Parts: sequence; C-alpha cells; structure tokens
Amino acid sequence: MIRLTFSLNGRPVRLRTAADKRLVDLLRQDLGLTGTKEACGAGECGACTVLMDGEPRLSCLTLAAQAEGRELTTIEGLAPAGELHPVQRAFVERGAVQCGFCTPGMALSAAALLARNPSPSAQETRQALAGNLCRCTGYQKIVEAIQAAAAALEAEP
Amino acid sequence: MSAAYDVIGSRVPRKDAAPKATGQAVFIEDLRFKGELAGALLQSPHAHALIKSIDVSKAKALPGVVEVITAADVPRVKYGVSPARYDEDLFAVNKVRYVGDEIAAVAAEDLETALKAAALIKVEYEPLPRLLSVEEATAEGAPWIHDEFPNNVCAEVHQEFGDVATAFKECDLIQEGRFVSKRQDAAFIEPNQCVAIYGQDGMLTLHSSTQVPHYVQRTVSMVTGLPMSKVRVVKPYVGGGFGPKAAATPIDLAASFLALRSGRPVRMAYTREQVFSFGRARHGFTHEMKIGVKKDGSLMALEHRATLDGGAYSSFGIATVYYAGSLLGGPYKLPNMKYDGRRIYTNKPACGAQRGHGGVIARALFEQQLDIIAERLGMDPVELRLQNMMETGDVTCNDLAMSSLGMRQCIEAVAQGSGWKQKKGALPKGKGIGIACGFFVSGAGYPIYRSETYHCTVTIKADEDGGGVKVFTAAAEIGQGSDTTMAIIAAEALGIPYDMVRIESGDTDFGIDLGAYSSRTTLMTGHATKEAAENLKEVILGELAGELGIDRRRLDIKRGLVKIAGEAVDIAPLRVRYQKEHRGWLSQPEGGQLTFNEASRLACLRRGTLVATGKYKPPVLGGKFKGAAVGTSPAYGCSAQVAEVSVDMETGQITVERVTDAHDCGQAINLTSVEAQMQGSVAMGLGEALFEEVKFDEAGRVMNPSLGEYHIPTIMDMPAVDCIVVESGEPNGPFGAKEVGEGAIMPTIPAILNAVRDAVGLTIDETPLTPERIYMALKKAK
Repeated sequence: MIRLTFSLNGRPVRLRTAADKRLVDLLRQDLGLTGTKEACGAGECGACTVLMDGEPRLSCLTLAAQAEGRELTTIEGLAPAGELHPVQRAFVERGAVQCGFCTPGMALSAAALLARNPSPSAQETRQALAGNLCRCTGYQKIVEAIQAAAAALEAEP
Repeated sequence: MSAAYDVIGSRVPRKDAAPKATGQAVFIEDLRFKGELAGALLQSPHAHALIKSIDVSKAKALPGVVEVITAADVPRVKYGVSPARYDEDLFAVNKVRYVGDEIAAVAAEDLETALKAAALIKVEYEPLPRLLSVEEATAEGAPWIHDEFPNNVCAEVHQEFGDVATAFKECDLIQEGRFVSKRQDAAFIEPNQCVAIYGQDGMLTLHSSTQVPHYVQRTVSMVTGLPMSKVRVVKPYVGGGFGPKAAATPIDLAASFLALRSGRPVRMAYTREQVFSFGRARHGFTHEMKIGVKKDGSLMALEHRATLDGGAYSSFGIATVYYAGSLLGGPYKLPNMKYDGRRIYTNKPACGAQRGHGGVIARALFEQQLDIIAERLGMDPVELRLQNMMETGDVTCNDLAMSSLGMRQCIEAVAQGSGWKQKKGALPKGKGIGIACGFFVSGAGYPIYRSETYHCTVTIKADEDGGGVKVFTAAAEIGQGSDTTMAIIAAEALGIPYDMVRIESGDTDFGIDLGAYSSRTTLMTGHATKEAAENLKEVILGELAGELGIDRRRLDIKRGLVKIAGEAVDIAPLRVRYQKEHRGWLSQPEGGQLTFNEASRLACLRRGTLVATGKYKPPVLGGKFKGAAVGTSPAYGCSAQVAEVSVDMETGQITVERVTDAHDCGQAINLTSVEAQMQGSVAMGLGEALFEEVKFDEAGRVMNPSLGEYHIPTIMDMPAVDCIVVESGEPNGPFGAKEVGEGAIMPTIPAILNAVRDAVGLTIDETPLTPERIYMALKKAK
C-alpha cells in the first residue's frame, strides 16, 4: 500500500491504495467517480481521459501513484455541482452527445484545449481530440459544439 | 420547424444529453450490487476441434471459486437469433467451432480468481481441419462444421422476379462486375457487459448492455427453462450497439446460470479483445452482378449472386443473406431481378447484423456498376439515376411498397449542394467526385420469431399532481436517441411542452418492444407512443368535459393549455379547487385558460391514477414468396450522397474531403438527431470503405482485436458532412416519420468508390480501399 495526497475536483484527498492500482480503478471503484469510462484499457480510445494539472491523461494507462501532488479533474468536477461547463452546455445544446460513452473524455479533452487555446480553429480542435474515439457522431457536432463553447467563453466577462 | 407542430421537428436537447455530459448517466459498469461475483469464460483456443475431455476439478478447488459450469451442467437447449437456425449451445458440446467458442464459465469472489480458475480447466482437444474461408468450407470433402448443415451451407436463397433471361435479350448493354468486402466490426465504444441477479422471490433479473431487452428475455427464458414472467431484462444506458448487441450473448446466458446456481449477483464482461472474437458484426461479402439496360439508360434486369462468409454460427445470418438480395429491388425501377445467395459456415466468429444490415456491399457494387453504365452510355451518373428512380407509390418487383420516397429530392439536393455540375468531369487527376443512392427498411415487417405479437406497447402515466407525464417503454435507447424521440412524440400528441415529459425505457417489465434493430423504433414505438398519448389525452379531456358539463369534442390541449371551442365556459370553480390543493405553492396557474396541470389533476381526482396504453404492429405486408418477410417494411427511408475525394497518386492514400448527404426521414422528429444519425452513418461507412477489416491468422485468431489495430475513423479522418434533411411525409409513420438510423449508411461506400474511380480512372473491386490496394492498382495500370 502507498499513501497519496492530491487534489481531486478542487478538494484535497489523502488515501492509501495499492501501489499497482490504475488511476481509472481508483476513481471509478474506490472513489465512486463513475463518470470516467473505460472502453479499451489500452490507451487507444480516450474514453477514460481525465485532467492532470489541466492536461488530458489516459487514466487506464496512469497509475494512481502518479496522481501524487497533482491536481486532478474528472468529468464530475468540470463544473460546480448543478452547473454545466460551457463545453458541456454546448455538447448538450448542439447534439454532440449520442451514446455518451466517449462524452466525458471528449468533454475533458475539449475543456483542456480551450483552457490553453481560447479560440482554436476547426483544425486545431480536431487535432486536440485526435485521441478520443467516437463511433456515433462522426465528430462534426462535437467540433461545432467546441467552437460554440469557445465563443461562449470569450463572450463571458 | 414544421409550422404544424409545436415540438416535432425542433432541436430540443436530448433527454439524456446532460446526464451523459456530466458523467451522471448510468451504464452497466457503473451499477454495483451487494455481494457481486465476477464471472469469466473459458473459450476455445482452436478454430475447429473435438473435445475429448474436460476436467474442472482444479478450477473448483481454487479458493474463492464459487461455481464452475460446462455443457454438462446446463440444459441442452439450442438457441440463436432465428428459430429456423437455432444452432448454438451455450457451452460447446463435444466440439468447438471458432477461436473463442465457449466451453465453461466460472464465478468467483473476484475477477482475478475467476480468470485463474478458467485457466485451470483442463480440456483435451482433437484438432480438426480449419475452414477459414468460403473456398475451404465449400471445397470437395471439407468436413461439416455442423452435422445438421451439409457442405457447410448455412442458408441459400434463390429468387427470381420477372423474367431475367428474356429481359437480357432485349437489352442494348450488359454490364458485369464483382466485388469483395471484408468482415468488419461495429466497434461500439462500450464493450458488452451484464449482471445477473437471482432473488429469493424466484425472479431472475438481468441487467445487460443490449439493444434488444425483449429478445434477451426470451432467449434467457428458453435456455434456462424459467418462465418469461420470471425473467426480467433491464437495459441501462448503452454505449452503442449498431447491430451486434441485438441478441442474447453467451455472457448474458452464462451469468444467468451462475446467478441461478450461486444465488448471488454475477457480473460478466467482454474485454475489447473478446468483443472482436465474439464478432456478430458485418459479414464479408462477395457479390457478382450482371445488369442489363436499354440504350436510353432504362434498367431492365439484374442477375445477382452473393456469397457470405458467415462464421461458425447463424446469428442474424439468414436475414442477412436475404437482405443482401431484397434491398436491390429499389429505389430504381427494376422490372426483372434474379438473386442467388449463399451463407457459408466457416471456423471464425459468427457474423450478424450491422447498420445497413446485409445491404451495404450489394448496394456498393450496384451503384458502382451504375456509374460504369453511365460512362458507357455517355450519360451523367446523376441523370442515369434520376431517369430510373422510383416515385412515391411505386412497388418494386419484389413487392416492397414505396409509400413515400423522396429519392428524387435527395439526388437533386446533393447534386446542387455539392456543385456536381461544375465539378463532374472537370477535376484534375487525383481529385474525384462520386454519387450514390440507397434505401433501407423502416422497421422489419415481422418479428424475428414467428408471432402475431404487437411489436411494441407503450404506457403513459400522468403524474398524480398533474405536472407532467411519464412514458414507460421497453424500447432500447442505445445512443440513437429513442428516449428523446418518444418524449417528443408524447409531448406533441398530448399537446404539452417537451420538458413535461419524462421517460423510462429498456425494461421488459414495461411491456413488449422488439428493440433497437432494423431501424424500427421511431416508426413503430413512435406509433405506440402516439397512440398512448392520444388515449391519455382522451381520458383527461373526457373527465374535464364531465366536470364542465360540456361536449368532449369542444376540448383540446395545445402547448400545455386547454382549448375550449365555442361559447365561453366558466373555469373559475375548477381553478379554485386546484389552487386550494396547492396552498403555499409559489407558482399557480394564471390566465384565462385552464392548464394541462389543472385538467390532469382534476381528472386524477375523479378517477385515480391516469394510465393509457398504445400499441403497434405493422399491417400484413409484402409478397407470398419464400423470404418475402425480409425486406418488407411499413416504410422505407432513402438517401443520396456525394463524396469528394483526393487520392495521392504516389502513395494511394485517399482523403475524403467532403460529403454532401441528403436523407428522406419522412418527417424529422428531432432535426438535430436526424443530422447526428446521418453524420454518424457517414463515419461508419467511411471507415468501412477506407480501412476497416477484421483480420485472421492461419489459426483462425483475430489479428487486430483492439481499437489501435482495428482502425475506426478518428476525428482527423472525418470530413465536413453537409446534411440536407428531406421530409416526404410517410403515410405509415407517426406524424409522417420514418427511419434515419441505417438507411443513411447505404450510399457512403459507393459514393466514395465512385469518387475514387473518378479520381484515378480505375474501378476498384475490393474494400477496404487501403493505400496498398490503391497503390497496387495504380502500379498495375501503368
């Protein structure tokens, strides 16, 4: 067992866990944050994406131990409780959600993109999401939603 | 938005969008039950072998193991999809037929122990010759994979409509072509998973990531021997299906048995690798076609042969081999058609249904041949298609009735939208433009098993307080948006706002619904939902009329308000009653009109909880010939697409730069969801056209069982897809609606093929169109 201290969705967390525990299992099984999805377990689909210090990370390929001292954001923490992040709102309003299994990872990758590039081009948007697979949407409404979210964020005071 | 409707045709957000975007939506893996056991399968490492012995003693002795079961422990009940071909045993009886065939299942305290125990089961095999291709399986002297099916022929179809031989004699031009496609995987993002729970009350409840709760319930009941009333199947949110989730899986059945024996919840899941090795997705097809036309371009006759590499079991395959022929009856006027199809058993995972079931490769070759015919006749491909196009009211030679067909509008829309006239023939080498059409059933006319059952029943209950309604349906929301579609239909039919409708779905306790396949839900469950909503409205207005002492026919509900025709009626006494019941509430009904809330509350006070039901089954459809059931539908969706591609003449790399897509869905229920289905269909078709292929090694093992090696389109592969929604108004659909789920994929592969042909001047007769294949074709042509 190892001791870990990190920030999770804005709150400090201290816990003990197995040294070989994957981050996705710590989040889903031990902490009950089931919004993070696992679809391949091999780092190929992006469904398990979380943000570590604001950067997208594949939680199926990340050990829980690697969270030590970091700031983690999961889909549950992307917006304050009861609210939607502009990316989430745009996904909802613009039909970027179908089966929804890729959606949390997709939304987190998008939020990370907008945090570092507030007005990405369509091409930059696509590049930032190249590691997130979706089988339902053909991606177009996802790109449109992210661009709309960028515009909404820019319009915020 | 259509002026006639308040909610239908709008862009209201999906009911499940916010829960899914915030991570709240519950999928099967997010459900946890007290005391869960983990299940694991032992699967065959051999593609074809006799089982000489099975020894489970070491597995049973492993600490933590609760149950180990093999064929010896379960009833010998064959199952499958079509009752005419129940050819599967849950666990192999004496023989395994593909790498992955199930031999045993284990339940243990944790997954690690279950997997370890499965590995401790000792199986002695006697390998048999592996039949990994149609050629091997049909070779002289090949062993039979199933004793009951001689020469490995799973199904054969021989149909002739009209007189093909005579028609060919009258043709001015004959075009012949052949096409080969590869097996493909649906690659839904969520792997299959289930949890079975057997309660002290004698109920088996199976939570499963399925497209078809009803068929799973029926199969589990049949195989376990439990009555259907003791089996409940509940579908949580499902991470995509596209066809392969449209039947009970071995894990559904194995988990059920393990739960029955242990009395504890049992969870079983496929890994991504197991999803690939279970298969049940797109067949590999070989098609040969001979098409005869007149000098003026009129289509006269089609002679068509198809061979399907089926894998080890039938799954949906009988329907697949029928669809591969019947779906060429339209959308063009084709008076004579002959079809000979065969589905062959091989020692590979079974193939089944996938979006555009059975029809996509037949459509690809036919539309490619149309382009060649157009070239040989010196006609524009668009003109040739328009010239032969059926119209609303036409019936195909195989008795498919086009009760609405906006095909002409679709073709004209994509030709105009893509700038076809300016581009066709004017693009430089390496750039190409191609068009294709397609159509698909809007729901199978018959259930998978022979039955007079309604295909769906829907119950709507009014909230006792009058504040809204809840729709209960066993229909399967698998990402396509059926919950939202039903909520919109209920809102429209009741005359209330969309957000006053809640929905719960996917539970066999809610009634019958055959599930999400054959693009049936919008039309069929939509009808049942509409009927239930209309019946509920009737109940509420009937009570209100009694209360007001006026004729029911003077009343209607629109946008949440009660409309009273004719002379003024004093509503004040009713309002006072409602307000008295809500003393202290901040929001109270206002204005001169009664609200739905007041009317519904008062109706509830008069007769208790208000419930209404609706139901639907299609009328008797289609011809009397053998196989007429496959392809008949109450309606047909149709579409046209133009693809624009560039081909790197050095490397053979194809880039699809733009797709212009028009689809006739009869009437959009939710415009955003219609476009989403269209764009998703193009993505799947593009992947299948360009790079998707499940590959096998010489031992029959899947070589690329991962999302890294089986390449589905990423966001970088997808072009802009311009969507044009055509609404022809389907007389047999609820509010005029018909399908968009599967028809939308039909033109994608041939549109890309035709664009590539336009770009490089070569007819490619095999998918996927990998750079190697294009490079070799270019090299050979030099």
